Amino acid sequence: MRFGESDERQPASPMLADQPAMSHIGAMFEPAVTVENLVKHYPTAVAVDGISFTVRRGVTAALLGGNGAGKTTTLSILLGLLLPTAGSVRVLGEDMLRHRYRALPRMNFSSPFVDLPHRLTVRQNLLIYARLYGLPRRGERIERLAEDLQIAGFLERPAGKLSAGQKTRVALAKALLNEPELLLLDEPTASLDPDTGDWVRGYLEAYRARTGATILMASHNMAEVERLCSEVMMMKAGRIVDRGSPKALIDRYGRTNLEEVFLHIARGSHAELERVA
Amino acid sequence: MNGRGHSAARVWAMLLRYLYLLRSSWPRTVELMYWPTLQMLIWGFMSQFLYVNSSYVFRAFGVLLAAVMLWDVLFRGQLGLSMSFLEEMWARNLGHLFVTPLRPYEWVLSLLSMSMIRVLLGILPAALLAIPLYHYSIFSMGLPLVAFFAVLLVMGWALGMAICGLILRQGMGAEGLAWTVVFTLSPISAVYYPVSILPSWLQHVAWALPSTYVFEGMRAVLFTGIFRADYLLTAAALDVFFVTLGAAAFLFAFHDARRRGALLQMGE
Repeated sequence: MRFGESDERQPASPMLADQPAMSHIGAMFEPAVTVENLVKHYPTAVAVDGISFTVRRGVTAALLGGNGAGKTTTLSILLGLLLPTAGSVRVLGEDMLRHRYRALPRMNFSSPFVDLPHRLTVRQNLLIYARLYGLPRRGERIERLAEDLQIAGFLERPAGKLSAGQKTRVALAKALLNEPELLLLDEPTASLDPDTGDWVRGYLEAYRARTGATILMASHNMAEVERLCSEVMMMKAGRIVDRGSPKALIDRYGRTNLEEVFLHIARGSHAELERVA
Repeated sequence: MNGRGHSAARVWAMLLRYLYLLRSSWPRTVELMYWPTLQMLIWGFMSQFLYVNSSYVFRAFGVLLAAVMLWDVLFRGQLGLSMSFLEEMWARNLGHLFVTPLRPYEWVLSLLSMSMIRVLLGILPAALLAIPLYHYSIFSMGLPLVAFFAVLLVMGWALGMAICGLILRQGMGAEGLAWTVVFTLSPISAVYYPVSILPSWLQHVAWALPSTYVFEGMRAVLFTGIFRADYLLTAAALDVFFVTLGAAAFLFAFHDARRRGALLQMGE
């Protein structure tokens, strides 16, 4: 049966563990993410221009903005893949510039734009990442995730031979292998049909509710952000030009939905945005 | 599991990744053995011809065969490392790997291990085939062979790490270096002829390479039965120097790639 037909579309309740994976109780009160005066300059462009924000633990937050706004650059810095020009980044209580290996085992990342190696099977890919995270009982973990995300039927298939929807679910399985306290997502439902996209959003909601994890996503999908996120940071040209809950932003700009707010911000001048904000 | 145990587990995880890749394509495995075997056949027959027509080969039948097989240790050692590295580039996988707790040095250790496996898979069948074909066993060199193998493998690693660093720095446009750079060392490493054949100014360059000591040492063992420990020590010291340089170049390039944001973009 094709994935998603009939009532199997209901997001499975994640059941990887009975308890949330919050192991660092002492740092529980610190925000999951704290960014201060973050700057990233490239020789020919300013990708991030002095942004500061925090993401509280246990919420789903979004970085919103048009192409080139600095969302992916910010996520890359949070992941330790990219070094900032200036500023500080704390993730799960750890300084990512000095001690990223303390935070990396407790976080994970998924993006439809970064495929898993094509020639390895889905199971081989997941096994390798499970080993990289030092997980015990890897086979069992993969089987349970496969059941949860409905990927069991193609665990032995090369990752390169999956459809876009299948790839997204496999990427999500990889991102949830270590049951991360912080999950960073870049366009989590890009290139998915509405049905599959809706399933993924449901799954993420269920995962956060069960584990108390924090989710920070970069997205262009306003409906998705309205549904999932309690905090939104609107980015433009490397800066955060406004922030708040989706409802607060919609009210502030006198619009009917977040997409209209997005368009207003994307097309508006800095002076006007500062006046509204 | 302690920290060291975790580190070993991550190195093993990456090694497993490359073994899965190797296993997923039998033509690739066959290709590993194909070139060393072909080289051995060509030089074996050439040696048989020269044995009756050349005083040089007459002094020791296996001199050319041993040279070609040892040269392949250097070449395959470098290529084995570079190929596993390139697999990650082609798969655009660095963005996934380096959001895990994997450290760059652990990745390098897995690349080195895979290089050794690829060298053994490539060279051993050729070396074994030479025994029934030409009644020549490279293993008759005994322990010196182990020393020569180790020096050349480490030199291949040094070169491989430097090349991978260059690819990280310059992007996939520099991919061709993985196949070509090592051949520039072949003429000055005195693989098939004594170093004294080279012009005197080039001999200084030759003696700065660990490989030259290996091939001169190999000829000393085959022609006179004397193992030149002084050659081995000098080669080992040069290896330490070059491998430190190669590792530093790689780690610097990796850090630079993080600064430039290349880890997410690197690939075809």
